[in-house]
Amino acid sequence: MRRAVVVAFLAVSPLLALEGQPAMHDPSTVVMQDGRFYVYATGNGLPIAISDDGWTWRRAGTLMQALPGGKPGPDVIARGGNNTWAPDVIKSGDKYFVYYSAPGTQPKSAIGLLIGTTLDPESPNYKWQDGGPVVWSDGVEDSNAIDPGVFRDPTNGSLWLTYGSYFGYTRLVELNPKTGQRLHAERKAVDVAINSEASIMIFRDGWYYLLVTHGSCCAGANSTYNIRMGRARKVTGPFLDNLGIDMLQGGGKLFLGSSGRAIGPGHFGLLDLGDGVQKFSCHYEADLDRGGISVLEIRPLLWRDGWPEAGDNLAAGTYQIESARTGTTLELAVQGAPVGGPRGRGGRGGPVAVAPIPPQDAAQVSSGWPAGSIDVRLSPYMLQAQQKWTVTPVANAGGYPGSSFAKITIAGTDRALAATQDGELITVPAFTGAPEQLWRADQLADGTYRLMPKSVPGSAVPLALSAIGSSTPTLARFRADSDRQRWRFKTP
Amino acid sequence: MTLRGLLVTSLAILSVFVRPVATAKAPDADGFLQQWMILEPIRVAGQLTDGAVQTLVKTTYFPDQLTVMPRNGDTVKAGDADLVWHLVETDRYNVNLYHFAYGLKKPTSNVLFWIVTVVDAPREMSGVRLAVGSNAASVWWVNGAEVIGIYNDRQTVIDDGVSKRLALKKGANVIRAAVVNAGGATDFCARFLDAEDRPIRGIAVSLPPS
Repeated sequence: MRRAVVVAFLAVSPLLALEGQPAMHDPSTVVMQDGRFYVYATGNGLPIAISDDGWTWRRAGTLMQALPGGKPGPDVIARGGNNTWAPDVIKSGDKYFVYYSAPGTQPKSAIGLLIGTTLDPESPNYKWQDGGPVVWSDGVEDSNAIDPGVFRDPTNGSLWLTYGSYFGYTRLVELNPKTGQRLHAERKAVDVAINSEASIMIFRDGWYYLLVTHGSCCAGANSTYNIRMGRARKVTGPFLDNLGIDMLQGGGKLFLGSSGRAIGPGHFGLLDLGDGVQKFSCHYEADLDRGGISVLEIRPLLWRDGWPEAGDNLAAGTYQIESARTGTTLELAVQGAPVGGPRGRGGRGGPVAVAPIPPQDAAQVSSGWPAGSIDVRLSPYMLQAQQKWTVTPVANAGGYPGSSFAKITIAGTDRALAATQDGELITVPAFTGAPEQLWRADQLADGTYRLMPKSVPGSAVPLALSAIGSSTPTLARFRADSDRQRWRFKTP
Repeated sequence: MTLRGLLVTSLAILSVFVRPVATAKAPDADGFLQQWMILEPIRVAGQLTDGAVQTLVKTTYFPDQLTVMPRNGDTVKAGDADLVWHLVETDRYNVNLYHFAYGLKKPTSNVLFWIVTVVDAPREMSGVRLAVGSNAASVWWVNGAEVIGIYNDRQTVIDDGVSKRLALKKGANVIRAAVVNAGGATDFCARFLDAEDRPIRGIAVSLPPS
């Protein structure tokens, strides 16, 4: 980010966007502590946002409120300035390190360090200590030391910091995992990219990925922010894009640009929920559904051909729900009715039937369906009414990172998919809002979805929709190495 | 030619083997049950929808059809037909009902097969599932309770229909099914899965001696 942007946290709750107070700019990586989610952002004192479920966010003061003096330490201000922008956070051992931008008159800037042992402002142990400046730029060199991104190399536990903003290079230095300060401070920082900002690294399958933001920020709907990336076999690069262009020469494969009603994504952060479920956070410069303000977003992180890809939180709509294991489709266990048309091997040179067959809906065929609870099963998709499910976000029912819980009903009815006490599935005649009727849909790395009820009656163990046989769904513990619990949502 | 002679002659194309004497038999390496009592086919309309099959299996063809534990060679009278129970053993995952009926010079299309076996469990086993496949539709009972039905024209696929979690009691458990075929090939397979979806092998088919 090139300019200070202080964005008020607003209370807004449009459909399928984070709820509560997600308005922010330059969010840090979203981190979890004790099941709660935390994120920090640009603003006076570094605003804090907290969420109990990753869906509904609330503002919780600023980081600097818990720092003696309430502002960057004197050495940080001397190296940079007293602004507080674009932080990032990581846990290292029993400490949390927050790195933040403290620019003066750019490119004279510094990145400061805060050290704490808990993220929970309610904890008696909650406080932050000034860790001093970590890196800085003198206003002349080819670097603007803001926008820190901190990364732990899973291959050896080493800690690294990338930073920089347009003026010259994005740079990489190694950190001391115990102190958060530079390791080998005498060594020259490594240049890894140019003409970019908001950098951060992730690792997968032997590749280091450097994600940066290109384009212009801070102009609302006129911002051209977009997230780009390159990858390398070594943490120090060179980071090449999909065309082999070095990010030091301006390369960068697009990860996410403006789309839909959201303009200017930037400041990527990885949120790994385990079990192979990964999300990423970013902010949009302008969410047109919220009057064009800048907001936090959390979306699924997919992987394709060795590159990360932005997935989609499942949108409201009507879908065929197909098992990746069996290729069969979730349906109400009722006798289906053919959708129409002649039987037999038609269309072999005879007259062409031109009248389209209308879609089959529940109103046409449901008169014979039982009134009470009905089982569900899997069957070949025949475009029939009992095979079409409507996903509808449910207000005030909570959620999970990126989405609210949703009800899943037979299209055109209120008949809702539900978990049973014995860990099986059923449909109930009408949605009541009970937790076993609320579903989360996490998109997985391959683009399929994991479907889980908010809770299963009598079970403390999270269970996922599972294809146990070609015709039989059930609920079972999620296994990331199996297709059993992977589902495709297809538009009928 | 005697029935046994006919069947032996047909063995080159049969995947089933009719045995005169039942002996306890463990499931195969993949857990499939390979020894069954099968009644000669009953002629039916051969409709395969959910409703039609449920109507078929709720029709009484012979006394105690949902409780009888037949022995090899037992006969029942279904309508005007005298039908014989046969002890059938397969060395494959499935039992080929087409070959069974064809070998007996019985119809293979528009028919209903009653099948039954007994599984001896060394202890109570809860959280298990009966996993079946059939060509075509079939309805299955375990110890008298209907546990799974699969309908419409379909091919036998391993673990096509899987019951909800159930318990096998210690000792004898009766597995019964009705398989309905409209035309063409007809067969079935069945095994039990444990709570982790693994085939259960620590049981044995234990049909009563003739």
